[in-house]
Amino acid sequence: MTLTVEQAGPLTTIQDRGRVGLAHLGVPRAGPLDRPAAELANRLVGNGPDAALLEVTGGGLELTSDAGCWVALTGAPAPVHIDAAPRGHGRAEWLPPGGRLRLGTPRTGVRSYLAVAGGIDVAPVLGSRATDTLAWVGPPLVATGTELPVGHPAGPPAALDTPRPPMPGPLRVVRGPRADWFTKDALDRLCSAPYRVGTDSNRVGLRLEGAAPRRARDDELPSEGMVLGAVQVPPDGQPVVFLADHPPTGGYPVLAVVDPRDLWWCGQVRPGEELRFVRAG
Amino acid sequence: MYAADDRRLGPGHTDPVEPLSLRRVGADAVLVEVADSAQARSLAAYARAVRTPALEVVPGARTVLFDGVPDLDGLASLLGRWSPDDEPEPGPLVEVPVAYDGADLAFVAERWETDVAGVVARHGAIEFVSAFGGFAPGFAYLAGLAEEYAVPRLERPRARVPAGSVALAGSWCGVYPTASPGGWRLLGRTDAPLWDPDRSPPALLAPGTRVRFVAG
Repeated sequence: MTLTVEQAGPLTTIQDRGRVGLAHLGVPRAGPLDRPAAELANRLVGNGPDAALLEVTGGGLELTSDAGCWVALTGAPAPVHIDAAPRGHGRAEWLPPGGRLRLGTPRTGVRSYLAVAGGIDVAPVLGSRATDTLAWVGPPLVATGTELPVGHPAGPPAALDTPRPPMPGPLRVVRGPRADWFTKDALDRLCSAPYRVGTDSNRVGLRLEGAAPRRARDDELPSEGMVLGAVQVPPDGQPVVFLADHPPTGGYPVLAVVDPRDLWWCGQVRPGEELRFVRAG
Repeated sequence: MYAADDRRLGPGHTDPVEPLSLRRVGADAVLVEVADSAQARSLAAYARAVRTPALEVVPGARTVLFDGVPDLDGLASLLGRWSPDDEPEPGPLVEVPVAYDGADLAFVAERWETDVAGVVARHGAIEFVSAFGGFAPGFAYLAGLAEEYAVPRLERPRARVPAGSVALAGSWCGVYPTASPGGWRLLGRTDAPLWDPDRSPPALLAPGTRVRFVAG
């Protein structure tokens, strides 16, 4: 069966768990920014954890189906309609043959996840169906008119899933590998003041505006490997939290590393909103 | 267990080898510091050869990042058996044809106290080795230029450097696999296929590959 994208919305990509083992060749990992939400969407429609789904940024997606299928929407709560009827968020819904699914603009959060039973079955690139927006490894952006093949459902939709949605809070951080490149109080200062989310935040990084951690040394850091959740501080002092499409190496020191359990929030906090860091260990 | 952020390890080493310096990176990653990019390449090659349990092994200029490591203590003792004197197996040799018509040839010639022909001859005489990647898929930091020939980056990066540009920054040489903004000094262009997802490995200049530039 095939889903036809009638309206792509501001930014819609195909994501799965991402590609690993290729960072040394310059390939980012990719994958959904809000992993718990993506995993829930797959479970709701009966998919395995490797199934590909759609990451819809800012809603606005509209698609039709040539066959009946189960779908589920999670993450940022975009209003969802199937044909004329409003439908639920966080549960399996039936999209009938010829039916049209429409997402409005979410009032909170940034990224919604739309899973379909059987998963989006485009050809994998280097072992993954995820689109990386830094280097454009993977399937192309989902555009208006794109036809998305859907695989065979692995099983029935989950009758009941009672997820405990994670609650947003301060981002827990541990000391980063180059904390010694900053003044002794830099990590405490990072954790003492709020930071505003910059409008240029994207799948590569959450760009923050606020108090600049002070450097203890001014020399250039030789390029080194970077991890998901690294809080990198470029020369302008405004921290960047590296997200799924981050470059695998970088030349600015990493002051802190965000706990992987809190990274989902970096994919949902909106530009202009504030967040805080807190030391965890 | 790992009590401290950083620590040194000794087991497996025989004197007078310096112990490896490790820097903890979050929950399941560690940066290993080494002396230079040749050692980083050697350590990364060793780690792959002994099938180190890590999702990613990423050499850098003076480090190797091990990410997605299930057992950091186990990793430490495994890497303790590597010696900085280990020479990695020489990688395959790739010849990259270059049209030397870059915008910064004259600048580089002046820095090197030669003329354009002298730059082409010197650049073509070096056997580079791909040290690490990461700027973009297929991009490689190529080591081999002597420190005395290092050139500064542009003060203001160009908004667009064409795909295939062969360029220098510091003592690194690199080839841009796709058009992108860039501050490296341009020597010329190549049409060598640097990145092809259908090839294995997809990067022409994967770490360890030896590289010669050929005018033509």
